[in-house]
Order: sequence, then C-alpha cells, then structure tokens
Amino acid sequence: MIAARWLMLLVVIQALTVSACNQSTPIPKVSEAKDGKPAYGDAIIEGTIGEASTLIPILASDASSLSVAGQIYNGLVKYDKDLNIVGDLAQSYDISPDGLTITFHLRHGVKWHDGAPFTARDVLYTYRVTIDPKTPTAYAEDFKQVRNITAPDEYTVRVTYGAPFAPALASWGSSILPSHLLEGKDITKSPLSRHPVGTGPYRFKEWIAGQKIVLESNHDYFEGRPYIDRYIYRIIPDTSTMYMELKAGTVDLMNLTPVQYVRQTTGADFTARFNKYRYPSSGYVYMGYNLRHPLFRDKRVRQALTAAIDKDEIIHGVLFGMGQKAMGPIVPGRWAYNPHIKDIPYDPGHAAELLAQAGWTQKNADGILVKDGKPFSFTILTNQGNQQRLLTAQIVQQRLSHVGIDVKIRVVEWATFLKEFVDKGNFEVVLLGWNTSQDPDMYDVWHSSKTNPGELNFIGFKNPEVDRLLVEGRSTFDIEKRKKAYYRIQDILADEQPYTFLYVPDALPVVSSRIHGIKPAPAGIGYNQILWYVPKTEQVY
Amino acid sequence: MATYLVKRILILIPLMFGITLITFSVIHLAPGEPVEMQVAMNPKVTKEARDRLRKFYGLDKPLHVQYLNWVGKLVRLDLGRSFSPDNRPVVDKIKERLPITLSLNIIALLLEFGLAVPIGILAATHRDTWLDKGITIFVFIGFAVPTFWLALLLMYFFGVKLNWLPISGLHSLGSDSFGLVHYLWDMAKHLLMPVLVASFGSLAGLSRYMRSSMLNVIGQDYITTARAKGLSERVVIYKHALRNALLPLITLFGFSIPGLIGGSVIFETIYAIPGMGQLFYQGVMSRDYPVVMGILVIGAMLTLIGNLIADVSYALADPRIRHG
Repeated sequence: MIAARWLMLLVVIQALTVSACNQSTPIPKVSEAKDGKPAYGDAIIEGTIGEASTLIPILASDASSLSVAGQIYNGLVKYDKDLNIVGDLAQSYDISPDGLTITFHLRHGVKWHDGAPFTARDVLYTYRVTIDPKTPTAYAEDFKQVRNITAPDEYTVRVTYGAPFAPALASWGSSILPSHLLEGKDITKSPLSRHPVGTGPYRFKEWIAGQKIVLESNHDYFEGRPYIDRYIYRIIPDTSTMYMELKAGTVDLMNLTPVQYVRQTTGADFTARFNKYRYPSSGYVYMGYNLRHPLFRDKRVRQALTAAIDKDEIIHGVLFGMGQKAMGPIVPGRWAYNPHIKDIPYDPGHAAELLAQAGWTQKNADGILVKDGKPFSFTILTNQGNQQRLLTAQIVQQRLSHVGIDVKIRVVEWATFLKEFVDKGNFEVVLLGWNTSQDPDMYDVWHSSKTNPGELNFIGFKNPEVDRLLVEGRSTFDIEKRKKAYYRIQDILADEQPYTFLYVPDALPVVSSRIHGIKPAPAGIGYNQILWYVPKTEQVY
Repeated sequence: MATYLVKRILILIPLMFGITLITFSVIHLAPGEPVEMQVAMNPKVTKEARDRLRKFYGLDKPLHVQYLNWVGKLVRLDLGRSFSPDNRPVVDKIKERLPITLSLNIIALLLEFGLAVPIGILAATHRDTWLDKGITIFVFIGFAVPTFWLALLLMYFFGVKLNWLPISGLHSLGSDSFGLVHYLWDMAKHLLMPVLVASFGSLAGLSRYMRSSMLNVIGQDYITTARAKGLSERVVIYKHALRNALLPLITLFGFSIPGLIGGSVIFETIYAIPGMGQLFYQGVMSRDYPVVMGILVIGAMLTLIGNLIADVSYALADPRIRHG
C-alpha cells in the first residue's frame, strides 16, 4: 500500500524537523527563553501508583506493567503523534488489495538488548506463543484470526487472514518477544518477567519490589540514543504523597487529579518549576441502562433521562472543568469521531414531555412519577474506590429528582460488582467508564452476539443495523468506508441512548520544567520521549 | 513445666487445620475470582481466554480438590504460586516484603513499649497531678488523630516546607552507591517519620494499661508493707510493684507478635513502604487466593505461637500456673 509508505516518509521528515527547530516551537513557557541545547545525561523519575506485575507484556493486563514494558519492547507497528499506524520494528508494510495479506518488511540491524540480532524468527515466535493454549494470555484473540504466517526470509513476515480484518494491523503493535531467550521454555516461569530483554529505547537495569524500576537508555536504539540516560519508575501508591514528592523535586512526572491541576498547581513558583499538560484521555464515563428491564425498554424514557441530566454541571462539579461532554462511544479527536452527532441537550422541560409521551404523567404524594401504580425508581450501581463516579452519580440523582425520578445509589466493591451484578445482568443502571483503543472497532461492546453472561454488551443492546455496520467497519481497511459505518453507528446510538454518555475526562500530566522537548499532540506527550532532554546546565542526576 | 509445654504444643496441630479450612472457605466465599479481576471489561478477552486462565490457575477443579492440593503443598511448607500475572511463588513475594514490615514493626513496638511503660508509671505515681493530666491529654491526642492526616501534615512540614526529611519510600535515589554509614543514615531518615507516626497512635492504649495496672498494684497490702519496712520509694515502685504490674503488659506483648508481620495498609500506602499490608490488600482486591491464604496462615500460626509464648512467660512469672 503506497499510502502507508508515504506516511512513513512523512513521519521521518517530521521527526527531523522536530529536532531541528526545537527552540522555535511556541510552547508558552517561562523556561523556554533560556532553553539549552539537547544533551545526553540526567534521569527522569515518573511517579506511578501501581507496581508492574510482570514485564512480559503478553502475560500482563495492568496499565503499570504495560507502561514499563512499552519502553523496553517494540511492536512491528505503532501509533504516531497523530494516531496513525506507522512502522516500528517493521520498516514498512504492504496490505494486499483484497485486504487478506499483510507483508511486513522488518528493519535490518536491530539488536536485542543482549546483542542478539532481531529477525523474523522473533515475530513468528511471538505469534506462536500468544496463540499457544498453554500461555495464559488475554491477547490471543486478534492473532487467532490469522490463517497463515510465513517468513520468506530473515527480514520479511507475511500474514494471511481468512477475511479482511481491520483491527489486524493494529494488533501487530503488540510487543515482539526475544525467541532466542524464550523458545522451548515455559514462558510463565521465565526470568524475563523480572529481567526483560527487548529492542526498545530503554533497557532494563533493576527492579526493587514495591519501590522502583530503573531503566537505562539503549545507546544502540534504532531510532537513535535517547537523550535522557535513565528512566525511573517510583512506586508511590498515594496520590497526595506523590504530589508532595513532586513539589519536593523527587518526582519529575506524574498524572494530576483535576483538583490538583486547578487548585494546587498554580502560582509563579509552581509554573516556573513544572509544565502542566492537558488533552482528552481515551476513555469516557457513561450511565448504562439495562435494556432487559421494563423501565428502560422505551427509547423515549432513555432520551428523557439524558435530557434531564446536565452534563456540563457534572464536568464542572466533578472534574473542575477538566473534561468534555461525551456524546457517543468514540472520543473526540479520533478519525472515526462523528462531529455532527445530534446531542440531546440539558432540558428538563423536554425530559418531562418525553416522559409524558411514554405514559409517565402522574405523580404521587412524594412528587415521584407513577405509571400503573408503580413509581419511577431505580438504583445506580457503581464501583467502590472511584470518587469521581460516586460524585457523578450523586449529581445525576439530584437532577433526576427534579423531573420526578427517584434514584438510589449503591457502591459495590469491584470483584463483587462484576461477578454478582454485571455478569448476571442483575442491575438497573450502572455508572462506569470505558477505555477505548485507538482502533474504532467496538464489536465486543455493541454487537448483539456479545450479550451472554460475562460478555461486554451487558446492557443487552440489540440493533440489527448496528450489528451489520459493526461487521462492515471491521472488515475493510478503507478508511472512508469505515468512517461511514462508524459515523452511522454513532448517530444510531445518539438516538437510541442505550447509554447516557456523560464525559471524557482530560489526561493531566505534569512534568518538571527541567525536561525539554515535550510536544503535546493528539497522541499525548509520550510519543517522542526519546527526544526529551535536559540541557547540561539543568542536569541534576 | 515440660508436660505443660508439650500439652500446649499438641493442641496447636488441630487448631492449625481448622485455621486452613476456615481461611480457604472465607476467601472462596468472597464473590469474584482472580481471573475475573485480570480480564474483566477488556474487549480483547474472549470466553476461551478466560477458560484458559482458569485452567492455568486450577480454578476449574472442584473446590475440595483445590483445597486438598493447597493443604497438601502447605504441609510441605510450599505456599504455592501467586494468581497474579507474574505467577511467582508466594514465598518469594512474602520474603521480599517481610523484612521491611518486620523491622519497622519491631522498632515501632520497642518504641511503644519503651515509652508506654515509663509514661504509665509516671502517670500512676503522679496520679491526678497536672503531669498525669498532661500525659493523658497527650496520649489521647495521639489516639484520636487519624494516622493518615498526621502523616500528611508531617510530610508537608518536614518534607516539603523544611526539606529536612525525605517524604516517602525507604531509600534515596542512588543510595546503592553510598557507603554503609551513609546508607544506614539515609534509611534511618526515611524511617523516622513512619516509625514515630506508627508508635504515636498506640501509645495511649498501652500507657493507660500500664497506669491502671500500676495503680492497682500500688494499692495492694504488700506495697504498704514494703513502704512500712522503710524501703525507699524507688525500690518500692521499681522492684516490688513494677514486676507485678508488668504481667498484663506481657499478655499484650504476646498478642502483638502476630501483628508484627501485618502492616497497616493506609500507613504503607501513604509512606510508599512496600510492606505486607500492601501485599495483603492487593491480594484481597485481586482475589489472589494463594497470597491471601498464605499470609493469613502465617498470621494465624504466629498468633498461636504468640499465645504460647505469652502462656509460657506467665508460667515463668507466676509459679501458680507453672505447678497448677
């Protein structure tokens, strides 16, 4: 595919320009004026609330492990700053016109951190170990769609699929593992889980349980040696403690909570020492209605509930304004995001009308709507340990009481929440969030075949047109065709309101102003990390 | 004395089995499963992937088989492997964290008893004076103040404002290259705040105990006799009264032993101390059965041993128990 090659070239040019004109990029910062030259050295300390569990990424399912592993390993492809798929360990790739075969042309001369050469053998091994039924991995599904995989030579991998499968390309972004260290061994007992060997910009140095993980820059990295010599993850489970460590200068990078961003990180002293960033995260928070429940079968009732909720008020009250309204399952900024979704604005009058149309006309002595002698009353279920969701539920409760709906809130511990309520469909309304992947495929959440216990369409949404569009969207690589399918899905969901989509919170990272070269983009700030640097005069470690 | 000891030890065996059974049942009664926790809400995980994980952890077998497998290993002192993605032996996970929690708790315990005993004696001998009242107010403040709040205030004051002490963790960055003295000094600075905060809270209970026990003893006839003999107040209090007043504290000391391996979750979380409290809490939250059961069994075992030690110390201190 020529387009993909062009994209690659563009990225290379972009990378060059970025490093060439660092000084002139307009980031409004005090320190920018005395910006020094890029220099090797120093360290960056990231505060993280969770500890990694294993550094063999196919065995890990937690964000902490995957974030550390992301520095150590590479996939064949990756997302660039604008969330396009580009080659990583693959120099380039071609997709056959029928969309059934992807050919990856691997980079030559890439070395594992132990010096062994990276070849197609490693790719084949990664594929085999992932689909091996003995490997306890959560990521086998995408690779199972592969019909045939071959390596015509050391630096070419050809993958054939039974049917065109759009998420396939992105699935090759999963970390490639070193076959020379793992082949023929039990991966679950491999020492690599605590001493990983990858191809990435940073190599593993040490891991002190519960305290820190230290990585060192890989001088032979194929995209060039990272400027910053050491990347250290400090495990600090409490966000208040982490914030104080940041202020004391012993943590350089962390994610702020909205209240920290708005109230506790202002003032000349702070802004001189730190740079704050803000961009939409990849998740959204929603209220999901159990569509099997008689209360929520009528579309007008669901629309009324959405109209009765003031999303702006929630964003203001819960997130201190650090977020935006969600209107559908695709977060703003993605190529599949439909900018023309017909939103249901906050309008309690309209809500009352819709409820009246649905037969909710009378109110009882307590001011609660009544139909056939039954009051309009339900329970919002949410998980323990997430203060934002609880506050959101409370605001919703109050708003809905204004239109005559009685809402109770129940907070349940996560394991119980899943097992006893969600999996069994034993709920009325849940307040939860989804983290979305870059690829818009959302078959598992919305397709009618995914409504069995333990599956993700737990609200029981069934719509033949959406089913058809979901299949259409995942079985072509043509972006325009996919766009059309996903735009239409968003329109249907906006009308059906199986969820009330509430908000997309912002990601709020803060970084010491000692670290230069950070350029926020749709992909966040981490995409060009190897170009971050600390000028010689500001180095402290 | 020997038969007493043997009898006491033999009773421990059935107790241990009861404990394993209860531990196993309780953790399996909790809703949710380890696999569930790892893969739930992940669109990429299919039913097959779940089944694959369940099989890997042996969760597909009937409960009694799971129990027998576990106890069978336990008898051979094998705590099994963790159900978290790292699949490491539980023993390794505990070994990594136990020394930290243990040393922290021992220091704190010594500090608590070391302070509570003199404070209690002082309060008792100066009963109802301003000193007694001052001490009472002080220790009850310690008792009433929420640990996490005090901890955060101290961190802000000593760590951020004054910059005297490190805020959290156990070592400074680059402590590996320090000399031994420097290394220990660095660690002591890190431990100062946590140990003080940890001891402050339990001072009240212990010192009040000591005070009332001391008052009780001072009121006894033999103390009056001792005073009548013309012994100095120092000898009366520290030689005659103290030994008897310490008996209830020995009991408490015995009870504190199992607590030595348990860390406080809140406390360890705030100070970023990788101890047993965090391990246990994360184990429970992710339904990591082997880790949770392992820690519970060790805790139960230490409770039993602690009780044994308390009983034996009683027997040593009180001849009536020894011979009765």
